[in-house]
Amino acid sequence: MEDIRKQILKYLEKNSRVDLGELAVLMGTDEVTIANEIAQMEKEKIICGYHTLIDWDKAGEEHVNALIEVRVTPRRDQGFDKTAERICNYPEVTAVYLISGGYDLLVTLEGKTLQEVSRFVSGKLSPIEDVISTSTYFILKKYKDHGTIMFKKNKSERMLVTP
Amino acid sequence: MRDPLSKKVVGIAPSGIRKFFDLVSEMPDAISLGVGEPDFDTPWRIREEGIYSLERGRTFYTSNAGLKDLKIEISKYLQRKISVSYDPDSEIIVTVGGSEGIDIAFRAMLDPGDEVLIPQPSYVSYLPCTVLADGVPVVIPLQQKNEFKLTAEELEAAITPKTKILVLPYPNNPTGAIMTKEELEPIAEVVKKHDIFVLSDEIYSELTYKYDHVSIASLPGMKERTLVINGFSKGFAMTGWRLGYICGQKKIVEQMLKIHQFAIMCAPTNSQYAAIEGLRNCDDEVQQMRTAYNQRRRFLLHEFKRMQLDCFEPFGAFYIFPNIQEFGMTSEEFATRFLEEEKVAVVPGSAFGDCGEGYLRVSYAYSLEDLKEAIGRLGHFIDRLRNQD
Repeated sequence: MEDIRKQILKYLEKNSRVDLGELAVLMGTDEVTIANEIAQMEKEKIICGYHTLIDWDKAGEEHVNALIEVRVTPRRDQGFDKTAERICNYPEVTAVYLISGGYDLLVTLEGKTLQEVSRFVSGKLSPIEDVISTSTYFILKKYKDHGTIMFKKNKSERMLVTP
Repeated sequence: MRDPLSKKVVGIAPSGIRKFFDLVSEMPDAISLGVGEPDFDTPWRIREEGIYSLERGRTFYTSNAGLKDLKIEISKYLQRKISVSYDPDSEIIVTVGGSEGIDIAFRAMLDPGDEVLIPQPSYVSYLPCTVLADGVPVVIPLQQKNEFKLTAEELEAAITPKTKILVLPYPNNPTGAIMTKEELEPIAEVVKKHDIFVLSDEIYSELTYKYDHVSIASLPGMKERTLVINGFSKGFAMTGWRLGYICGQKKIVEQMLKIHQFAIMCAPTNSQYAAIEGLRNCDDEVQQMRTAYNQRRRFLLHEFKRMQLDCFEPFGAFYIFPNIQEFGMTSEEFATRFLEEEKVAVVPGSAFGDCGEGYLRVSYAYSLEDLKEAIGRLGHFIDRLRNQD
């Protein structure tokens, strides 16, 4: 049996909109337990936020996502942290990861237009003191995002009644 | 022209589900809680192996008993899951679904007049397959007060000198009942005392909640007396691949293999290659499905309780078996009216044996959204029936 925390997390990871009463039924416990566990996990920063997965293309909004590989000179005592933390401060930056392999940081960026993203890279990111180089990749189409398949799936071909 | 038909076959009643299936087929907009197969797609890595096997041209027969690699994986899997060891070379046959196992077991073991004990409500095939093998089906009607488990007393009372095989269908379709080790032990004692055999249909073994599945074959002295049927349809969501297996002592397996060899040849080759991947690398996928079923099971139980619908808590398969006797209708009447008035299909309990009369089989092999919609409609229907009185 998985412990209740893991069960709650696995469920919320896919669907954070569920109400506490329903979650309690699905997990086979009571509402108070669920509410307490969630509050505690929020406090412990195990649950860091609740987001919504949006297909911005369908929403008709101008919207560009980019992945940027960044090579950085590490600093004595601080490694990559200082530069990474600095990059995090820009609101258009959606994620910053330290990466193994040919470069150091992977930055994901959300902008309205290609120009906006380009301006960020050339005007803000590249000039940072310890940044050695960047390469930018624009996302053309999202097939799957956060574990959700974005393209239309075929209708089930199951028969309506079987033994 | 002379009668082209066998009296034996003509004498078999068509499946009660068939009738209902025809009714539902005329209502394309109906929603259904009536299926006996998973709503999940076969895990992708299994499907991909199936595709690769076709690309590699693996389109030939396999040996009669099945691919050696698959039998080895089945043997390891059973050792891991039910703690019984079967020799891949002589004690396992890969079959066309679990259903074929039922058929070849009866045909290999029954002489005319031998009796087969069939606890009901249960899957629709045991009784006709017994008749087709010239056996005599003897039904043991199970009771809600025992949560539709077979008791040693019920078994003892049904045994005669002609009894040869006991069918043990747990986790159960349609009731969702399971039997624990403590509940199987007295059954095993009776079986040994009367020197009979067990056909243990464990096709839903991956789908138990709260308790792990226990096979009667794992109890002392029972491996030799038991044929275990299992397969990939339910736990691995592979119904259409038609792949199962039957395991037991060499002496019986040899004879079953003859029937399988002459009637079937071998199970589908690409399904066999795909299933190897399932046994090797799909524990996580199976666990995810099990967790989802368990959540839906709890949801339905909660809703039935709220509606004050009489229902025992099932711990296996993906069925719930509520009692509808308070409405004073047969289960077929209830299911038909529910379909006509609310456009929701459920299967009448009577389709699984006379003692299923007064119950419905509600499947939760559906998304939570679908279940919510259907249960909402069931709520309306029940309210209407209760307010008429």
